[in-house]
Amino acid sequence: MLTRSLVLAAILFAIGTAGVVFRRNAIILFLCIELMLNAVNLAFIALSTSIGIQGQVFVFFVMTVAAAEAAVGLAIIISIFRLRETVDMKNFNLLRW
Amino acid sequence: MPEFEPVLLWAIAALPLLGFAINGGAALAGRGTKALATIVGPGVVGLAFAIAVVNFLGMRGAELHGPIVESYWQWIVVGGLRIDAAFQLDPLSMLMTLIITGVGFLIHVFSVGYMHEDPGYVRYFAYLNLFVFFMLVLVLGASFPVMFVGWEGVGLCSYLLIGFWFKDREKADAGKKAFIVNRIGDFGFLVAMFMLYANLHTLDFVSVFEQAPVTFAYGGAAITAITLFLFLGAAGKSAQIPLYVWLPDAMAGPTPVSALIHAATMVTGGVYLVARSGVLYALAPVSSIVVAGVGAVTALFAATIGLRQYDIKKVLAYSTVSQLGYMFIGVGIGAYAAGVFHLMTHAFFKALLFLGSGAVIHAMHHAFHHSHSHWDAQDMRNMGGLRRFMPITWATMWVGTLAIAGIWPFAGFFSKDEIIWQTAARAVGPFQPWFRIYWVIALAAAMLTAFYMTRLMVMTFHGGPRMRDDEQRHLHEVSPVMWVPLAMLAVLSVVGGWINVPRAIADAPLLGWIPSSEWLHDWLHPVTEVADATLAANLPAFVEHAPVGGTELFWGAASFALAAIVMVLAYRRISSREIRPAVESAEPTGFGRVLYRKWYVDEIYDAFVVRPVLAASRAMARFIDEYLVDGAVNGVGYASRAFGWVGSRLQTGQLNSYAFAVVAGVLLLLAIVVLQ
Repeated sequence: MLTRSLVLAAILFAIGTAGVVFRRNAIILFLCIELMLNAVNLAFIALSTSIGIQGQVFVFFVMTVAAAEAAVGLAIIISIFRLRETVDMKNFNLLRW
Repeated sequence: MPEFEPVLLWAIAALPLLGFAINGGAALAGRGTKALATIVGPGVVGLAFAIAVVNFLGMRGAELHGPIVESYWQWIVVGGLRIDAAFQLDPLSMLMTLIITGVGFLIHVFSVGYMHEDPGYVRYFAYLNLFVFFMLVLVLGASFPVMFVGWEGVGLCSYLLIGFWFKDREKADAGKKAFIVNRIGDFGFLVAMFMLYANLHTLDFVSVFEQAPVTFAYGGAAITAITLFLFLGAAGKSAQIPLYVWLPDAMAGPTPVSALIHAATMVTGGVYLVARSGVLYALAPVSSIVVAGVGAVTALFAATIGLRQYDIKKVLAYSTVSQLGYMFIGVGIGAYAAGVFHLMTHAFFKALLFLGSGAVIHAMHHAFHHSHSHWDAQDMRNMGGLRRFMPITWATMWVGTLAIAGIWPFAGFFSKDEIIWQTAARAVGPFQPWFRIYWVIALAAAMLTAFYMTRLMVMTFHGGPRMRDDEQRHLHEVSPVMWVPLAMLAVLSVVGGWINVPRAIADAPLLGWIPSSEWLHDWLHPVTEVADATLAANLPAFVEHAPVGGTELFWGAASFALAAIVMVLAYRRISSREIRPAVESAEPTGFGRVLYRKWYVDEIYDAFVVRPVLAASRAMARFIDEYLVDGAVNGVGYASRAFGWVGSRLQTGQLNSYAFAVVAGVLLLLAIVVLQ
């Protein structure tokens, strides 16, 4: 059971990572980050069965931070869209050499 | 006899320094009044002379137990090396101090008249005082480094005073030339000091001269190298072949400067150095041959150039080089007292001749200035007949001429004759072939001296005036402030030689009425006794007759007679020849031109030394400086810019590529951790 849960968490995390690296749509990028966070949460919960309650407690912290992050992140994406009428990350490269 | 205590020894040197501070401060502030400089400038030197006389009198009446060393403070303490700022008073430095302050005072007084109208009057006296200070440090210093301070200081003052009228490019260049040529000599002095320290672990005169006879083997390589390097320094300062070229150019300075620095005092520093280090030279026969040889060749060579110069100061300059050669013959053959004796008499009569020429130039310049003429005030071809206008200058300069030509009983006769005779007498053992040649050269150069000095006098003072009438109206004798020093030096040029009359001459029937006998020899005995003993221990007894026969008395009389005959011949020859003013004269032809152009030595040096050095410097500048140094500095700049450019390409601004880099990095770290 533990192994399967951890494998699932790893698969989810890998999908999220791949999304962050390869996709360009800001919204999808954002969702992939959420996916990675939740993959970590899953691993925490799975491991709490063998280690203790601390893992489950930590999941709440992660969810709280993720919620705050989602609020700020979405707000940034909305204002970028208003400015440029696109959320394709290819167009946002002002911070280069 | 009572013990000798020096009186205010430090003040002898400190007074001219004080004068420099006052005059220099006034000149810098731009408010230097002439009255202040007139009192302070000669005044401090006169006071120093008075103190020196007091010390001299005390020293005469007392018993001396070696040199008196007064230490003032610790100057350098590094490891085993300890050098004090100390003065040493012994018969030799006492004599030098008297000459420097005494003759120096007279020249300072003369300068009051000579420089009267110069806008740099105050600055001039500041430099002159500074020079006297450094010269006194040179002769009073109790160790080689202290002496070296004075040695460099007089070089600096010489540079400042040669280029005194620095707005004239030629004169500024002459100052630079003197400085650079002297640097070559200073290098020798420094190396000699290093070697002395390496061998003896001390640089104080007293300990060096105590230890040297014990440490060094007679004629060994170390002592020979040390003395030769020391002589390189002496040759630079005292203008000997091959480093004499700066002295004739040094005539660009004011004439009293030529009298003080380039005739009476500074240029004799090298002779003093060799005489002071007599103990070392007595141990090195090869160096003795070299020193005396360079002196002999210089004496003859410079005298030949003097035959054909038209600038009155140039004649005297080459004459000085020639007479310095005599002094080096004296100290080179080990007759230190004779060399120092000639140094002293030369200080009198050459200062007199230079000041006399200064008076002539002053008067000529004045006359040409009034008539708005552009003739050269120093060219003897423009003079002639000055005897009528300047009788005092004429008479005193004849005294100087008779002295330098070696006419009995003037000072130069005794000093020059002693050197010539000692050269013959000391031609023994390994020195025999060399000193015999030097003796012949010295005699020949004495003849030339008599000739060129007579020529100078005849061209300047005798015959008809060659300037125009309106210029003659403005010619007149110089003021008393200028001719009184001339007269005093003239007296010294007569009696100065009487302090050291050789016994052979003092005992002679007709020439022997002069009272004193070999006083200077006895006076310097404490300084020279170690060297004399070293020579006596390693050489056979001196000979009593010249290489071609004849005793000391015979050759003394003979050289007097020869000099007198040459003078009479020269007088008749030069006064019978028609001389035209410089603007109407063509350059001499044939051998005369070679002499007039000074054997083309300046041209040869220019081609073989100056130009190669300049070319090498330029090549160095182009290759090492512009290529290597600049290349390295700029290369570092270019490299870091290129490196930064490569790094900046990584910063794409694309979020995905950053994320990729992070993931790749994490995977890499994971792989390291897992696979380890």
